[in-house]
Amino acid sequence: MRREIPMAITFIVGFVFLFAYFIPHPPFNEFENTFNDSFSIIAAFAIWLGALNLIKISLVKIFKKKSDVLHSSFIVISFLVIVFFGFYDGIRGLYADPVFSFRDQGTGFNWLYEYVYSSLSATMFALLAFFVASASYRAFRARNLEATILLIAGILVMLGRVPIGDLMTGWLPDAFQISNWANWIMNIPNTAGQRAIMIGIALGLVSTSLRIILGLERAYLGGD
Amino acid sequence: MNIKEVIAVILIIAFFLCAYFLFPKPVEFSQTVSIILTILLALTLLVIGVMTFMGRYIERRVVFLFVGIALTLPFFMQFDLPVPISPEVQAAYDELEKLPEGSKVLAAFDYDPPSAPELQPMAVAFMKYAFQRGLKIIIMGLWPQGPQQADQAIQTAFEVIPELEDKIKYGRDYVNLGFQSGNEFVILRMGESFKAMFPTDIYNTPYDSIPILKNVKNYSNIDYCFNFSAGKPGTVEWVQGAVDRFNLKMSAGNTAVQAPMAYPYLQAGQLDGLMGGMAGGAEFEKLTEHYDKATVFIKSQSFAHAVVIVFIIIGNVAFFRGRRRKK
Amino acid sequence: MDWTTFGVWLAAVFTLGIISFLYRDNIFYKLCEAIFVGISAGYWLITFFWDNLYSKFYSQVTDPVDPQWTPWIGFVLGALMLTRLFEKIGWLSRWPLAFIIGATAGVYMMFYFVSNAMLQVSATILPIYTGSISGAISNLFIIVGTFCGLIYFFFSKEHKGAFGGAAKIGIWFLMATFGASFGYTVMSRMSLMLGRLDFLFGQWLGLIK
Repeated sequence: MRREIPMAITFIVGFVFLFAYFIPHPPFNEFENTFNDSFSIIAAFAIWLGALNLIKISLVKIFKKKSDVLHSSFIVISFLVIVFFGFYDGIRGLYADPVFSFRDQGTGFNWLYEYVYSSLSATMFALLAFFVASASYRAFRARNLEATILLIAGILVMLGRVPIGDLMTGWLPDAFQISNWANWIMNIPNTAGQRAIMIGIALGLVSTSLRIILGLERAYLGGD
Repeated sequence: MNIKEVIAVILIIAFFLCAYFLFPKPVEFSQTVSIILTILLALTLLVIGVMTFMGRYIERRVVFLFVGIALTLPFFMQFDLPVPISPEVQAAYDELEKLPEGSKVLAAFDYDPPSAPELQPMAVAFMKYAFQRGLKIIIMGLWPQGPQQADQAIQTAFEVIPELEDKIKYGRDYVNLGFQSGNEFVILRMGESFKAMFPTDIYNTPYDSIPILKNVKNYSNIDYCFNFSAGKPGTVEWVQGAVDRFNLKMSAGNTAVQAPMAYPYLQAGQLDGLMGGMAGGAEFEKLTEHYDKATVFIKSQSFAHAVVIVFIIIGNVAFFRGRRRKK
Repeated sequence: MDWTTFGVWLAAVFTLGIISFLYRDNIFYKLCEAIFVGISAGYWLITFFWDNLYSKFYSQVTDPVDPQWTPWIGFVLGALMLTRLFEKIGWLSRWPLAFIIGATAGVYMMFYFVSNAMLQVSATILPIYTGSISGAISNLFIIVGTFCGLIYFFFSKEHKGAFGGAAKIGIWFLMATFGASFGYTVMSRMSLMLGRLDFLFGQWLGLIK
């Protein structure tokens, strides 16, 4: 029953959503609404699972394996600090007059969000700017016709989307401005290529979804 | 760490401390200095080109340094660059212009702080424009950080135009419903009932006691939707769930990574308009006559793109020369 | 204590710590990374608690006027999700997982079929005669590009002869697509760094107007 019950759940829920698309009337729409609401709550628990699992692994590293102790300690301490402020500000806000949210300006949680979380997460992703430039210098080569098309399209779009492109071609007629070339590339060949990829993915997704609902695809259940 | 690295770290810390306490603020380069610096940068790139041509590839950290310089220097240079308007940004603006005063606009903030440099300028320009036009804004987010970014955009709009803060009232002119998990399921559920997904706003005020939400049951009571999206869930899910299923009219602001994927929807008419990345933000700022971060940043963006293109060309020239030698 | 100034300095230190990775991996970067991981996990946990579990579940089941019972379904299934933390009863987490998979499969099937397949195909059926040469050429490009791109992805037939020629044209359009995506990706990544530099030189050091 360890596999059969989950497969039955997948089948019932999948079919409810499929039927509700075509018959948006009772009882299908009521089932759909109930399942929609349940999905939101389950998604919240999925996040809790991820966060608690991370802390479990970090604590095991600190107390049992004794490896990466400093790294894991910082993970646990920073986690506990923001969780403390999240609950403290949230509960305080509920009973304050006027009521305020845990993420309002002036709360500890908001301070941590603005000065710790935002700066760290933004900088992590910002590093990619350097790596993309370095990778382009080392690896982006026009080895054949296809790579040359990719290169030319990329350069035209990069120049056309910023003002210096039009500064460089300002002396040419309007139709030959680089920004117009970039617009044309985005609206015509890019649209065509993206559409082909989109349609291909959509057809594959439809068949995979049907296989999952019908129980032919069971990889998500794992072993055992 | 070796002694050279220790000295380098000490010098960097000293530079930042001097910059904080001693440097005159703000720092602005004259036009002559700006031109000289640009020429110096170009000459150094030329030297790197010659070195690469001779088979001496530079270390990646030198590439990092050039990118950093290209991004930073324009901050201090005083020049303006004309921003050309693309048809898709013009289309988004035209749709907003058609909305009469009092129209209810659903603003979906689906991004987080890493994407803020691209989307926040658009969001601020949108909020300022919407408040000035008297549009009623219903804010929500499919990303947890979205509603907070919306709040920041509103605060910035109030700082830019202080009169707005007295004129615009929370609950009457705008509301922040907050975040809900569930991705496309939230969008789907809102098609039936906004209240079912957002029983309260971010201050836990019940849905029914918020004036702007009176007579707003679902998408059929919304005049327009504007989505700021950095990935999934975002524009694609809104098009699939709300536009195609419930006939909601929508325009979107996307990060530059996501924007190319939205063009098929634009061409198919599923999206009315599209603003892609910081360039889209600068164009929207120009159209709404709110010249802020995106307009300033586009200068640095131009320099950075030029540097990347020069590095690509240098690399390819060396590659072709090497191939010719082998033949 | 001026928490704002302290916050700006802390954010600047964290920013420089992460940027130090560009030189090489170091202990400063590792600590910043660890703090980021912990703070992110905590942030998501708190946000989902207040925005979902409290405002959606708790407020609906304890509503004094019209208490709901259906949120209990999601709550029970969600609680079963947490059994994954315990090895012996971890198999129970398959039930909420099956719910999520089934719901996603059911919704995606129609969403993608309608929005990403049917409507895209109908948008590709464009008139060749539009009254202007540029319009006609553009429409022709979209039709040919989409069709040839789809032919390229059809692997059940060997790419030979006319079919192979069409697939070749498809690759050219796909390369233009990837080039456009590359250009936009560079723009996006540079924008991310601009935001941090604006913070460092503007908000922290005050060197920018």
